[in-house]
Amino acid sequence: MVSLIKQPHARERRMIFKNVDRPGWKTDIDTYLEDGGYEELKKALTMSQPDVVNEVKASGLRGRGGAGFPCGVKWGFIKQDGPKPIYLICNADESEPGTFKDRYIIHQDPHQLIEGMVISCYAVNARLAYIYIRGEYPEGAKILERALAEARERGFLGKNILGSGFDCEIYVHRGAGAYICGEETGLIESLEGKRPYPRIKPPYFPAVLGLYQCPTIVNNVETLCHVKHIVRMGGAEYAKIGRPNNTGTRILCVSGDVQKPGYFEVEVGSLTMGELLYDICGGPKEGRKFKAIIPGGSSAKVLRADEKYKIKEKGTDGAMVDKEITFDQIPMDFDTLAAVGSMAGSGGVIVMDDSRDMVETLANINEFYAHESCGQCTPCREGSLWMQKITRRMVSGEGAKQDPAVLKSVADNIAGKTICAFGEACAWPTQSFVGKFREEFDAKAQKNVTPREVSDGVALREGRPVLVHDHEVAAASPGGVPKPDAPWELSNDSKAGHV
Amino acid sequence: MEIPAELEARIDETITHYPVSKRSAVLPLLHLLQEHFGYISPETANWVAAKLDLQPINVLEVVTFYPMFRAAPPGRHHIRVCRTLSCAMAGSYRLLDDLCQMAKIERPKHAGHGTPFTVGEDGRFSIEFVECLASCGTAPVCMVNDDFYEGVNKEAAAQILEKYQ
Repeated sequence: MVSLIKQPHARERRMIFKNVDRPGWKTDIDTYLEDGGYEELKKALTMSQPDVVNEVKASGLRGRGGAGFPCGVKWGFIKQDGPKPIYLICNADESEPGTFKDRYIIHQDPHQLIEGMVISCYAVNARLAYIYIRGEYPEGAKILERALAEARERGFLGKNILGSGFDCEIYVHRGAGAYICGEETGLIESLEGKRPYPRIKPPYFPAVLGLYQCPTIVNNVETLCHVKHIVRMGGAEYAKIGRPNNTGTRILCVSGDVQKPGYFEVEVGSLTMGELLYDICGGPKEGRKFKAIIPGGSSAKVLRADEKYKIKEKGTDGAMVDKEITFDQIPMDFDTLAAVGSMAGSGGVIVMDDSRDMVETLANINEFYAHESCGQCTPCREGSLWMQKITRRMVSGEGAKQDPAVLKSVADNIAGKTICAFGEACAWPTQSFVGKFREEFDAKAQKNVTPREVSDGVALREGRPVLVHDHEVAAASPGGVPKPDAPWELSNDSKAGHV
Repeated sequence: MEIPAELEARIDETITHYPVSKRSAVLPLLHLLQEHFGYISPETANWVAAKLDLQPINVLEVVTFYPMFRAAPPGRHHIRVCRTLSCAMAGSYRLLDDLCQMAKIERPKHAGHGTPFTVGEDGRFSIEFVECLASCGTAPVCMVNDDFYEGVNKEAAAQILEKYQ
């Protein structure tokens, strides 16, 4: 496998990625044991189960899959004394575009994940666990299966683990190419052998009604690996890494228009976006300037490189004061990225330089979400395809004057109106791209056309008259098909006409 | 449709991974059968349904949802090129064109479901434009069967094709 940068950067603090690209490192259990592997499992098994949970709570560990939810709090939701069995699922679906960290953990350090999982299973009293790995990692699934067999053989898995009386079994379960399986309740449906239609919360919080309607913990690969290190260091010591409420290390994945893309494990918030992109990734390509950055996977809202961002910072007297910063001064932590209007998400940073056309970029993203919408909720199923259709026609020179407004209107009518967070995931790119780069969208929306002509154009060009129906046109223009030049925009009311 | 004894043994073993509900084994069984037959025929789907005490629709709805399950036979070697943002920025649309031209395959339409791929006339290759393969830092990437290739330019693409006869 071609690798990115073999040497960890001086600004990195490698904990989870300690063994990634390590010379002489192999994925077999002997290599792992020689390096002190499974010692933390032994330690955890001497602790009481609530103690392990408490250490994780004290560590402040936040989920590394995208939502950043405190892991210990999630575990605390599990009712241990209930009559139902408890399950643990490792979310190894890694499907957020821009994210590629779990790939390296799975392919190069499978035992670290397994050890983290067995400790976590012990903590929440789960006797059966699954690793839901995306279908596109066939090699990863084989590596994990081999590693699980080795762990079973050495008594780290199975009945009476290391004589502790604790039984735990882990199986690998392969997905089959659907992004929505990264959503925890969709993943659970998929693991039950069904279409991965996400479940509505409440009542289907996995910790209460998860896999087979039993209490279930779903954690990301990286999160579960951190558990091992929390047991090693103790929660309080771990919490000293990073920043308050943003503890630990985290793996950032940088791709797109930088000199040196790659993965970097750093203390959370220990460096700014500028330090990441200029110092570690070598800055923009020859003769180029940064234009836009998606900081946390493709569904995170885009940031403009020439914009000023307002954040609140603790002043010398302890009071919060307003501060204006440029994009390169944004600390890469959960809270600040949320404060500037985006999110740390899954840690996938996608960089665009000034050679990129923002309409083309959004069109690419919209293709993805239109393909991946599960189709369960109407706003998302229909809206993701409308956004795809509109950005398609804009990039092919057929953009109508109304298009930027229609795009925004469609996106606004998806976010917050769906069962799962995919609604936001597909709306945020459109909302932020159109909002922040309006001039580029307006420039590509110059045609004075009626909706009918627009639709026909798309239908002919794509050779597939998908979603081009008269009722759609009618829905877009409640007063009948408008005359040329008449501005039209979807409103909440007009959508009601869509059948 | 004939299921070799060895494959059926693997299938039976896989079902034991799901002690609570056999239905959970739908995806793994479809993977095993697609590896063997190359695609999921209606007959295969029905076989899975019978094996797991399900209605055929329970399996069909899964086959038709998940992009990796194919409804028609692919070529001897199936190529997947990543289409999503980072790969697209690194030239994956061009890579798809180059691969199609070199392997003499019609360009597939777009990422999609069912049979979104095209097969060359000699049946050696089929090609599909897929969504994110999660290796954005080494874009553009592609897979041939289960093998993964990173940073693939035109020269590398030509060499990769040579390896698969």
